[in-house]
Amino acid sequence: MPLSVEIVTAERVVRTEEAVDVLIAPGSEGQLAILPRHAPLMTTLEYGELVFRRGAEESVFAIERGFLEVRDNRVTVLADAAEAADEIDVDRAEQARQRAEARLREGHEPDMGDTDLARARAAMQRALLRLRVAERRRRRAATGAPRPVGG
Amino acid sequence: MPTIQQLRRRIGSVRSTAKITNALQLVAASKMRRAQERATEGRPYAEKLQLVLSSLAAAAPGAEEEDSHPFLRQRPVEAVGFLHITPDRGLCGALNANLNGAAGGFVNGQEAPVAAIAVGRKGREFLTRARVRVAAEFTDLGDYPALNETRAIARLAMDDYLAGEVDRVYLGFAEFVNTVNQRPVVRQLLPVEPPAPESEAAAEALRREYLFEPDPARVFERLLPRYVEMQVHAAVLESAASEQSARMVAMKNATDNANEIERELTLTYNKARQEQITTELLDIVGGAEAVSG
Repeated sequence: MPLSVEIVTAERVVRTEEAVDVLIAPGSEGQLAILPRHAPLMTTLEYGELVFRRGAEESVFAIERGFLEVRDNRVTVLADAAEAADEIDVDRAEQARQRAEARLREGHEPDMGDTDLARARAAMQRALLRLRVAERRRRRAATGAPRPVGG
Repeated sequence: MPTIQQLRRRIGSVRSTAKITNALQLVAASKMRRAQERATEGRPYAEKLQLVLSSLAAAAPGAEEEDSHPFLRQRPVEAVGFLHITPDRGLCGALNANLNGAAGGFVNGQEAPVAAIAVGRKGREFLTRARVRVAAEFTDLGDYPALNETRAIARLAMDDYLAGEVDRVYLGFAEFVNTVNQRPVVRQLLPVEPPAPESEAAAEALRREYLFEPDPARVFERLLPRYVEMQVHAAVLESAASEQSARMVAMKNATDNANEIERELTLTYNKARQEQITTELLDIVGGAEAVSG
């Protein structure tokens, strides 16, 4: 009995998928892989890549924190934000990265508050994650072959 | 009896009023459709969150326990927070009056002093007139409020609650029943009352079988603020849909009324014109007879 997967955010249903073989998620205690017949589980998610595979087909998502629940072979991902790799606008992510970088460089000046600094760091983290996810997908598209997950 | 010219002028004015209200009705109808869509898009997430919360509530420390989350703990109520969600604009029938009436009733019914957070200009104006303390206001959220805007509102309410400025927070908004019916409702937002699991046996099974990572209390800590944010978000979106549909119905009535008045005025105008022609004819005939006779 394979897994059914549902990824939802507060603003939309990002993806629903049946017959998934394995799902790898960025859990707050480290990466975790969910296989069919997993025990009921509830965990928090961090920033990271979420990958699921169905046969040779692989789907990659950039996830920004949230929750994951497993119950009766149903995996529900409640993410604060989620984007499929092919939806990511690489140029925009790159621009965001540069903006965040510039702001972090200014961050050593005394007039920048802690919250601004924290916000810039979070923006940086987000931009890097999106770039990484998009990059992975491009590489795979170039070779045409599915890659082992993880690393 | 108004003169023919006066009648003609009034018909013109009523006709242009009908044109304007008709346009407003069409705009509201299309905005209502989008606002409703937005309100339903968030529903799967909210429902899932509620499900997860109810299973979690069975496993994590409950409200009675020492180490429970502050969002669950009941405190003696010395001050009440009230989130009053209203439209920014009028021309939406009795909606604003109903919402503000409900808010007034709620505030009067409280024994503890109330500090309000006004979302929307109409509510803020009312609260100021009613001399309710307005701690914060959010206006110009637009027709389709975004999540990061409603999140800021929810955060403010949660911060006030955690800081101990208020001991209970209520949420007042316009529930969207259907296109012609919107109901003002007031619900408790904080402390959170988690939905009960389906049965005690189900709760017991959850406690035993579920794995929580890192642990139930920490998952709870993350989940509860999200839950509060979602409730505020859903309420704001629903109010937006209510506003548009109330406006659509109000404008439809206005257009119908204007058309009715136009019809009556046209009738009067035609009669008056006929009378004038008859009088003129009689004059001409009388004059001709006098000349020939």
